Amino acid sequence: MSEFLQHLINMLVLGGTYALLGIGLTLIFGIMNVVNFTHGVLYTFGAYIMFIVVHQLGINFFLALPLAVLAGWLLGAAIELTLLRPLRGSDIDTTMLVMIGAWIAMQSGALWIWGGVAKSVTTPFPEAPLVLGPVSVSWLRLFVLAAAAMLIVVTYLLINRTKLGCAMRATFQDQDTASLMGVNVDLIYTSTFAIGSSLAAAAGALLGPVYVIFPQMGDLAAVKAFAIVILGGLGNITGAVIGGFILALAEELGAGYVSSGYRDAMGFLIIIAVLIFKPTGLFARSERVG
Amino acid sequence: MTPTFRLVPTIALAVALLSGAAEAQTIKIGVNEPLTGAFAASGTYVVNGAKIAADEINAKGGILGKKLELVIEDNKSNPTEAAAVAEKLITSDKVPVLMGAWGSSLTLAVMPKLMEYETPMVVETSSSGKITTTGNPYIFRISPPSAIEAAAFKGIVDKLELKKVDFLVINNDWGRGTAEDFSKMMKEKGIAVGAIETMDQGAQDMSAQLSKLKGTDSETIIVTTAVDQLTLIFKQAAALGLKKRIITTGGSQNPDQIIAQAGAAANGTMHLTTFLPWFPDKTPNPEATNYFIAEWKKRGYDFAGCTESFRGYDGIRTAAAAIEKAGKAEPAAIKAALWDIKVKGLNGDIVFRKSGPEGKESGQSQPNVYLIEITDGKIGMKTL
Repeated sequence: MSEFLQHLINMLVLGGTYALLGIGLTLIFGIMNVVNFTHGVLYTFGAYIMFIVVHQLGINFFLALPLAVLAGWLLGAAIELTLLRPLRGSDIDTTMLVMIGAWIAMQSGALWIWGGVAKSVTTPFPEAPLVLGPVSVSWLRLFVLAAAAMLIVVTYLLINRTKLGCAMRATFQDQDTASLMGVNVDLIYTSTFAIGSSLAAAAGALLGPVYVIFPQMGDLAAVKAFAIVILGGLGNITGAVIGGFILALAEELGAGYVSSGYRDAMGFLIIIAVLIFKPTGLFARSERVG
Repeated sequence: MTPTFRLVPTIALAVALLSGAAEAQTIKIGVNEPLTGAFAASGTYVVNGAKIAADEINAKGGILGKKLELVIEDNKSNPTEAAAVAEKLITSDKVPVLMGAWGSSLTLAVMPKLMEYETPMVVETSSSGKITTTGNPYIFRISPPSAIEAAAFKGIVDKLELKKVDFLVINNDWGRGTAEDFSKMMKEKGIAVGAIETMDQGAQDMSAQLSKLKGTDSETIIVTTAVDQLTLIFKQAAALGLKKRIITTGGSQNPDQIIAQAGAAANGTMHLTTFLPWFPDKTPNPEATNYFIAEWKKRGYDFAGCTESFRGYDGIRTAAAAIEKAGKAEPAAIKAALWDIKVKGLNGDIVFRKSGPEGKESGQSQPNVYLIEITDGKIGMKTL
């Protein structure tokens, strides 16, 4: 029983960060309809910003987090302005190829700047874990869970309760009508991509210190983010959050009770099942056709 | 003006010829190591050790009157890339001998290429038994296979009072081979073997596996993987309140790095290593060890990397000794010479003995294995 409880605690902690990865991508892939292959690189970028700010500039860990989010926002905006804006209206294959190119170029850039050897970030949290009866969890991971939860709530409110969120939803539903209603469509495109990117950077900034930081760390994260988005239904923020927790649960229980060798396969088995039985994702709302 | 212009192609040709000639003045050794990906830290250390050996040899006049040149390529911790790198080094750079490829799965992927191009390779790190038992006569290994590690460990299991052990190993030829060889030895000693858990080489979160191991009735966990994953395991085990004894194998632990990154969580852990940079006077060749460590520190490298980098140093010296003995930089001659050399390695004399099916034996040297224990953030030796 205590082992099961421990798996559940692990799932909560892992799920929070998966959810954060998922909502960033669901904004871009689900709402903007851009197959964003740079999501993983932005995750890596956020982690390296933490490393630079904490270790090379010597700035406080808690101050480094908003800086990493801001840096992710700026890089996202730059990608949208230089790569996606000229391509708006071109077919999905072209955009996809350009994004793959950007992914490879940026990953190689990270390798060139920081080298292939993994770096780790020291945190102000105590080494001794929080022990709750038979289960225990590290303070750093609890902090990561809390920060992820806060970012998820903020994003949800931003999309559903603010004027900007309303304009975003309107733009990606019908660009022309939104434009006629006075929405600055260009600005919405840039800010949506920038917000999604800053969430990826936030996930990297939070998880980098938990694990180690290296140029390819974003690859697996990106694959998981795509899986979560598909699981939760494209563009559905609540779906992405629940999808993140389902993936974490599948991995934890799969590794704990089935076979640890297939841990990363568990999530993808679920995705295959979802694609077969409910291809629009578990939580897709019904859509108007035509 | 005109004559000057006419001179240009002549000069260019002369320069090209001269540089071509200069190129033939070097003797190349191909180095196939993981410089990116899951084993980047380890591979980089090995390459830095290799460079120390090359510089030392060149400072003493090179080999056969020529300068030694290392052609270093990154295999990206990926077996497919490792095979491609070997092919590139042999066919395009024309190296007569290779050193590599760090991981067992990487080395196993390279082996068919060695057969195809009849080029020998000094294996500096890999420990899967398969490497020297499948009948590849181009393999010369200076690192201990996991069976040798297990045999060395056998002597101390009674003293450690092991009753039941679990395994947590990297899910590749190295980890699975170690679990197999150590389980066999444990069973011979009457020690029960419990769960055998695996982790992907790129995995960063082992909490699920560790939570499971926390719940078993074993008192010891044998862990096999490289340093980056090991430090994560120690941190995550501490976070889960896992209080079992942890013993690591494989010699790629960089214990100082574990102490630095895992802190108190490293106390009480034991590690099977193949080099003793902390106690140079206890190593088989103290003079060489002291030289190497001094050179390593002089270059500003992290001391923690010594347990890994010494293999690159020994590997290059082994290959260079064979070239010297062969009297020419040709694959067949080097392969034959490898059987006749005796190199004063940092972990014992390197002499190759035959291993594997008759007629196509691989070479296997018999290095020492040590058990060290971390107590209060300090490294101490345990007698095996």
